Amino acid sequence: MNKILKYSLYDLVRSRWMFFYFGFFLLFTLGLFWLSPDISKVAISMMNIILILVPLIATMFGLMYFYNSREFTELLLAQPIPRQHIFLGQYLGVAGSLSLSFLLGMGIPFLFYGLATSSDVGLFLTLLVSGVLLSFIFSGISFYIALKNDNRIRGFGLAILVWLLLAVAYDGFLLLGLAHFSDYPLEKYALGASLFNPIDLSRILILLKLDIAALMGFTGAVFKKFLGSNLGMIVSLIVLLFWVLLPLWSIRRASLRKDF
Amino acid sequence: MIEIEQLYKRFGKNEVLKDLSLAFRQKGIISAILGPNGSGKTTLIKSILGMVLPTRGRIRAFGEDIRGRWTYRDKISYLPQIARFPENLRATELFDMVKDLRQRDTRDKALIELFELEEHLQKPLAYLSGGTRQKVNLVLTFMYDNPVYILDEPTAGLDPLSIIRLKQLIHHEKECGKIVLLTTHIMSLVEDIADEVVFLLDGHIHYRGSIPQLKADYQASDVEQAIARLLAGEESPEKAFTLNPS
Ligand SMILES: Nc1ncnc2c1ncn2[C@@H]1O[C@H](COP(=O)(O)OP(=O)(O)OP(=O)(O)O)[C@@H](O)[C@H]1O
Ligand SMILES: [Mg+2]
Repeated sequence: MNKILKYSLYDLVRSRWMFFYFGFFLLFTLGLFWLSPDISKVAISMMNIILILVPLIATMFGLMYFYNSREFTELLLAQPIPRQHIFLGQYLGVAGSLSLSFLLGMGIPFLFYGLATSSDVGLFLTLLVSGVLLSFIFSGISFYIALKNDNRIRGFGLAILVWLLLAVAYDGFLLLGLAHFSDYPLEKYALGASLFNPIDLSRILILLKLDIAALMGFTGAVFKKFLGSNLGMIVSLIVLLFWVLLPLWSIRRASLRKDF
Repeated sequence: MIEIEQLYKRFGKNEVLKDLSLAFRQKGIISAILGPNGSGKTTLIKSILGMVLPTRGRIRAFGEDIRGRWTYRDKISYLPQIARFPENLRATELFDMVKDLRQRDTRDKALIELFELEEHLQKPLAYLSGGTRQKVNLVLTFMYDNPVYILDEPTAGLDPLSIIRLKQLIHHEKECGKIVLLTTHIMSLVEDIADEVVFLLDGHIHYRGSIPQLKADYQASDVEQAIARLLAGEESPEKAFTLNPS
């Protein structure tokens, strides 16, 4: 598996996309620090980018990489390598390099500006951890979708749908539900519902750390009310880790059952 | 060394192999797996390599059930029917990668010379001609000295001279006591190098026998005629048709 990982990293470094991704985060974060000295404003802008863009890029990149390396995958399948190593190796290559670009892109400006102007290391750490977890989760989901769909158009369509649902439509549905059933005690359902959305979980994680009530949103407020800030963060982190393992397990399972 | 028991495979509703049992045990024998397009030759081969997973049935290689195993693949050289490579790589990089993965002695130099590939080694694989890609495919397959060779349409796209060299190569492996399975639609190739024929039809083994046996059974002067007669019971080889737009 190490060799597969090595080749995918080699391949990804050659493709240069990772440098764009890194450059984007670097410039964006530098720009934020330059525009505003207010650390919580910077953190909120970073959060929005992390919640929307990181899942989208991870999804698209995972799909692109999987479909583009199909030839190489077929070649590897006839070699004496366990099947699941091929896919897990490629997945770790993609998720790892996405995370690395993100970490360096946001981390470097933070080291230079953030640490100098603020003592809030915990907040930035939370941001970075959320971004890395989301990179792993969404590239995992996209790998799974690609494994299950040989048709690229279908694969891309499904993946975008999943992203739209989790990143955009989810909030709308939740609000609609709240408006509709305002007579019922919905808080516990909302708590349950957010467990099914890694993006919402990340938002809760970051906002609980930031502790700005006005931005908490409904599910965040519920988390705070029922679990308190600390327990709320621990719970959302644990569920997020579970979300990392779920696609990993599904990729393994799907790869063991597929005909090539 | 390769034993297939009651192999059944369907893709969705499409039953491709129906309880097929087959063994290749004898060293130094070249078996030609024949059958019409879509009869399941590639599916059978890919099942042996663990790329296609049987719906039912059992396959053993070198005495061991292959299900969930992968080490046995180190002893099988496989030539895929369609040569698909990472397009942005060069042939040398591809060879180096496979060598790095398998860490075994190789004989790629001699093969590159045999197929006169030197001048193409530094070009991206996407820019190679179809026949040249097939030669790269052949080098990748034959660069390891293995007890079993499985070749899915090895001559596809090759020029006559390269076919002669390929036949020499296959013959050499046979002399060294290897088991060779190959599929092809070129009956003269079968006539030239194969020792026996396995004919797949409708998911079953319709016929299996040595070349002289095949010719005797169908009172044919060559393999092509024998296969035509073998199929005659099923359908007539020639078919009336018009090409006018309707
Ligand atoms: N991965 C797959 N998914 C679905 N159907 C498949 C798959 N692979 C093969 N088939 C189907 O199985 C049947 C047998 O295909 P196969 O490639 O084994 O035929 P073949 O004997 O090798 O044909 P040819 O002489 O054209 O190479 C065909 O109907 C094909 O459409
Ligand atoms: Mg075939």
